[in-house]
Amino acid sequence: MSQKKRLSLLGLDGAAILKEAKNLIARRVEQPSRRAFLRNSLTLGGVAMLSGCSLSDDENVEKALSSVSRFNDRVQGWLFDPNKLAPTYPESMITRPFPFNAYYGIDEVRHVDEETFRLEVTGMVADKRQWRLEELRAMAQIDQVTRHICVEGWSAIGKWGGVPFSTFLKRVGADLTAKYVGFKCSDDYYTSIDMPTALHPQTILALTYDGKTLPPEYGFPMKLRMPTKLGYKNPKHIQAIFVTNTYPGGYWEDQGYNWFGGS
Amino acid sequence: MMASPASHTPAAAARPPGAIHPGWLRVVHWLNALAVVIMVMSGWRIYNAAPFFDFTFPNGITLGGWLGGALQWHFAAMWLLFANGLLYLALNLATGRLWRKFFPLSPRGVAADLGAALRGKLSHGDLRHYNQVQKLAYLFVIVDIVVLVLSGLVLWKSVQFDLLRELMGGYEFARRIHFFAMALLVAFVAVHLVMVALVPRSLVAMIRGK
Repeated sequence: MSQKKRLSLLGLDGAAILKEAKNLIARRVEQPSRRAFLRNSLTLGGVAMLSGCSLSDDENVEKALSSVSRFNDRVQGWLFDPNKLAPTYPESMITRPFPFNAYYGIDEVRHVDEETFRLEVTGMVADKRQWRLEELRAMAQIDQVTRHICVEGWSAIGKWGGVPFSTFLKRVGADLTAKYVGFKCSDDYYTSIDMPTALHPQTILALTYDGKTLPPEYGFPMKLRMPTKLGYKNPKHIQAIFVTNTYPGGYWEDQGYNWFGGS
Repeated sequence: MMASPASHTPAAAARPPGAIHPGWLRVVHWLNALAVVIMVMSGWRIYNAAPFFDFTFPNGITLGGWLGGALQWHFAAMWLLFANGLLYLALNLATGRLWRKFFPLSPRGVAADLGAALRGKLSHGDLRHYNQVQKLAYLFVIVDIVVLVLSGLVLWKSVQFDLLRELMGGYEFARRIHFFAMALLVAFVAVHLVMVALVPRSLVAMIRGK
């Protein structure tokens, strides 16, 4: 209970202040349900004011905030319309240069060797064989110019091309009723998405950027590109794909970013 | 000046009967205040992650500790702001309070009351009666919060709320709208607090009802 320690350091007995305030309110409000409601909101507000901005460090507050975040995952799953398409743009609107973004600097970009690279496919799929890059290139390709929206707020327009991810999932005989598709990347990044988004027509296993082989800084050998999700949900340098019903989390998601992360 | 519809007692009476603000309004007001404080402080931290002006907000006056924490606060308090706001609008419409309190409203009336206020001649004798400047300011902040919620929906789910996105001029324009609506809300709060400091009875009325 770091919260209590902090309050007593200030010379305030937070619990006693709240108790006093609750008693004052209890006398004023007759109906028990209203009283309980007021008391609870007072507790929330009181705690907020007494502890200020370090509030997020408190274990209970953290727990409450992440359960709201889980609730927001469900709301977003419910709001998600599998037929609604993200807007596409003319190539003249592509942001140049397209910003590099990762959890590390551009000088630490991973270089994956194409010759030895094999994509692993595991979990709830019929065909678990590994894929060479040229086999993916041999499949029918699509491309799209869409807006990439970062969790930080900025956005940039880019052009990605590759295999529709739904085609790939069907090809490997994935259980399309499974809840999650997870990704492990060569740069130790990992994330996971919901099956409806995985099957969205604009979700592509991107092999190219702006008509050329995906460069290392944009995720060679492949990136999952989803204009319906924020940037951190779009993994680069994908090494393994797995289909599962067990919540796989993600690099940023495990630290507090919203899991659904959809736009 | 207009007569207050509730003034049955002679003007000499020490205290007019009944509450100035009904209980539901006071609860909704303070919940809204809490939601606005959380939304604005966490919103500043989110803005700091990718500022589109030449400045950022000092981290000390933001909420969340880092971008992820600020987002959690923002996307939790949004439910309070939204649900509480809907409750406010619904009760305001259902009880007829909206019409009673905020109308009639005219540009001439606002100009007259603003002039009187600046000369220090605007009476706050009856807190149940809003002058024309108050009516305009409160209606403005209602609309401003509606704009904040709608532009916020575009930032949160720009693909799903496509019609709203187009109305807001696209994702990037919606960011600017969201920011300016926040700035106007903060300006309202600043003026609101100054007015409360000038007429402290209004604070008592919003807490105790009388």
